[in-house]
Amino acid sequence: MDDKKRNEAYNKYVKAKIPKTRPWPSLFYSFLVGGIICCLGQGINDLILLAFPNLAEQTAWGYTLIVLIFIASFLTGIGVYDKIGKFAGGGSIVPITGFSNSITSPALEFKHEGVIYGICVKMFTIAGPVIVVGIVSSIVVGLIYLFI
Amino acid sequence: MYYLWVFLIGGLICMLGQVLIIYTNITSARILVTFVLFGVILEAFGIFDPISAFARAGINVPIVGFGASLAKGAIGAVKAKGLVGAFTGGLEATAGGIAAAVLFAFIFALIFSSKTKK
Repeated sequence: MDDKKRNEAYNKYVKAKIPKTRPWPSLFYSFLVGGIICCLGQGINDLILLAFPNLAEQTAWGYTLIVLIFIASFLTGIGVYDKIGKFAGGGSIVPITGFSNSITSPALEFKHEGVIYGICVKMFTIAGPVIVVGIVSSIVVGLIYLFI
Repeated sequence: MYYLWVFLIGGLICMLGQVLIIYTNITSARILVTFVLFGVILEAFGIFDPISAFARAGINVPIVGFGASLAKGAIGAVKAKGLVGAFTGGLEATAGGIAAAVLFAFIFALIFSSKTKK
């Protein structure tokens, strides 16, 4: 069998094996879970402002995101976040908790390769591109604002 | 009840991510990158703040808010410090989130072990 035929057969096999996600339930769950996570964030933000009324709005959001990141990282550690992710899809990826999960999850998974080459290197497999694109685009925006 | 807006806007943004997953089969890294870029663009055109005023956590908690604060930091720093601000502003504004994510990931990766194999 030549390579082309083999690849075609393999692609067909993969396509048959990929679990089909029915669009409507997954859209509903992503909406529900995403909305709940955002409400949780709003609740944390309100509590922080209630406890420290003198905090600037920007600082309060900083604390809120750190708390959310902590919760998501912990839930990833005990294996709960991935269970939520299985049915919530975009609802668990798009919030900042998904960013936290995308750093903790590969760090955990590659722990057996050691602290430096496992945890420290693999941590950025998903977050790396996000940070790179974020930095580059923010510099571009900054430069544009410098010249206009 | 502004929590309703938070829920609706936040849910809609997340559902948009799910739509991308279903119809284009893109990976989670690409989704995160797309939404960060989306946030940077919203902030660059000054659209983010008016939405944030009523959507609050609905747009600040999704990674779109991360992109927006990158751009907001860069714009603010450019106005205050000039050229160097374009380089320092973005990371300065988002350093808390990145540092927290790295720190907690490191700690919890040391404490827990992977559950996916069971």
